[in-house]
Amino acid sequence: MEYYFDNAATTAVRPEVAEAMVQYFTKSYGNPSSIYKIAQKNKTAVERARGQVAEAINANANEIYFTAGGSEADNWAIKGVAESYGDKGKHIITSCIEHHAVLHTCEYLETKGYEVTYLPVDEYGLVSLDDVKKAVRDDTILITVMFANNEIGTIEPIAEIGAFAREKGILFHTDAVQAVGHVPIDVKAMNIDMLSMSGHKFYGPKGVGALYMRKGIKITPLIHGGAQERSRRAGTENVPGIIGMGLAAELAVKELDKEMPRLTALRDKLINSILEKVPYSRLNGHPTKRLPGNANISFEYIEGESILLLLDYKGICASSGSACTSGSLDPSHVLLAIGLPHEKAHGSVRLTMGHFTTEEQVDYVIQELPPIIERLRMMSPLYEEILRKNKKGE
Amino acid sequence: MQYSEKVMDHFMNPRNVGEIEDASGVGTVGNAKCGDIMKVYLKIEDGIVKDAKFKTFGCGAAVATSSMATELIKGKTIKEAMEITNKAVMEALDGLPPIKVHCSCLAEEALHAALWDYAQKNGIVIEGLEEPVNDISEHEEIPEEE
Repeated sequence: MEYYFDNAATTAVRPEVAEAMVQYFTKSYGNPSSIYKIAQKNKTAVERARGQVAEAINANANEIYFTAGGSEADNWAIKGVAESYGDKGKHIITSCIEHHAVLHTCEYLETKGYEVTYLPVDEYGLVSLDDVKKAVRDDTILITVMFANNEIGTIEPIAEIGAFAREKGILFHTDAVQAVGHVPIDVKAMNIDMLSMSGHKFYGPKGVGALYMRKGIKITPLIHGGAQERSRRAGTENVPGIIGMGLAAELAVKELDKEMPRLTALRDKLINSILEKVPYSRLNGHPTKRLPGNANISFEYIEGESILLLLDYKGICASSGSACTSGSLDPSHVLLAIGLPHEKAHGSVRLTMGHFTTEEQVDYVIQELPPIIERLRMMSPLYEEILRKNKKGE
Repeated sequence: MQYSEKVMDHFMNPRNVGEIEDASGVGTVGNAKCGDIMKVYLKIEDGIVKDAKFKTFGCGAAVATSSMATELIKGKTIKEAMEITNKAVMEALDGLPPIKVHCSCLAEEALHAALWDYAQKNGIVIEGLEEPVNDISEHEEIPEEE
């Protein structure tokens, strides 16, 4: 039995989505740019999917450009604005807890003469509008702040930042890869100019994403070539992927009213039970301004990879912000940004639930996780010191 | 990341976890900031390592290398104990992923730190043994034990 608690990493494709895709691999395989019937039918299907994706965020279909994923959408939005609006200014504002697709793109632009302000966050991972206001300069051309954080699930004040950016006439991009299909998004009401999304985070396929670009915004293509995507993004369309992403977006948004309260209840049950059962543990991220399926907890005196290995042994798939799992010496930049010392960041575990998560699965994790923590602590020289100190204090 | 079966075995069923009350030597290396701390206890009698225990804060490889290093040192003379290198620990575990090699270095350092502590306490010199640079226990532990 597999207990999948890593839905922020990727999600399983819904069976009905996979089924809808199959015919576009084997039967209806025509290139949408071709003139014959099976190709033209695909063009229509791609446009229908564009409509489904647009509707999910209250955009117009002609404002959606399909990409090969969320990272491409982020790269395109940021590099595109930098290049096309570079004569107006060279300053970009972002947050220090962005996904690397945004952070590393900004760092790259710094090597090309752009200046980037990395906004700090508070202990919950929230960006403050005041900080955005203070960071704005005459030469600011872009504000890019993520909709919701992939590690700690914190939902940022996007509508407030959007309203401010619009008033100032500064372009506002948001990396909404973790948010689309999970929380309501209205690009019009929230004054979002550009938004990145990724199909595989809401039960669609991997390798397909989209950039929403408000009508009137023109940025240089990232990928030059053919005239696909209204000459903005070249390359033969990933027809099965686009079809799958479109249907997945439609289904996710249609079920939002049901799924949000269900997952929020599961999330809170998981968080509260673990915090109650395990001493020296803390929740990372905001308790309520939080993605419905995200739980991120730090366990003191132990290290994350060890926890993941023991969870895996029990069939539970999870992830961690420890250095050992990131392949570098530093733990997650997000956990450090919210003020966790290195040792607490090393002991973090992220459990992300989704459409296929049941209450029985949550109960299983609540049952299996505490003994794992205890087992590792009994092995830890740091815990030994705490026990000794506590004993002395008695 | 792929761990060998031996690494997984020593992680899932670590040998020699614990403390030795009247240890002849104790060494602690690493730091919490980097995510690895190893504390090794040795019981040495008549120049032979009679017992070894450890406590480790760290990843799977850190636990497995601690477990294997304490296994290897048990029953050894001090001279033989000095021959237990990080490479020997790694080989005994059928290898480690490249980014985990430092765990085996830490295990070697932990053994050396415990041996150094033993040598200091008994006023002896162990050939080839240098003062551990990584030992973080010096300032906390020694006053308590004196």
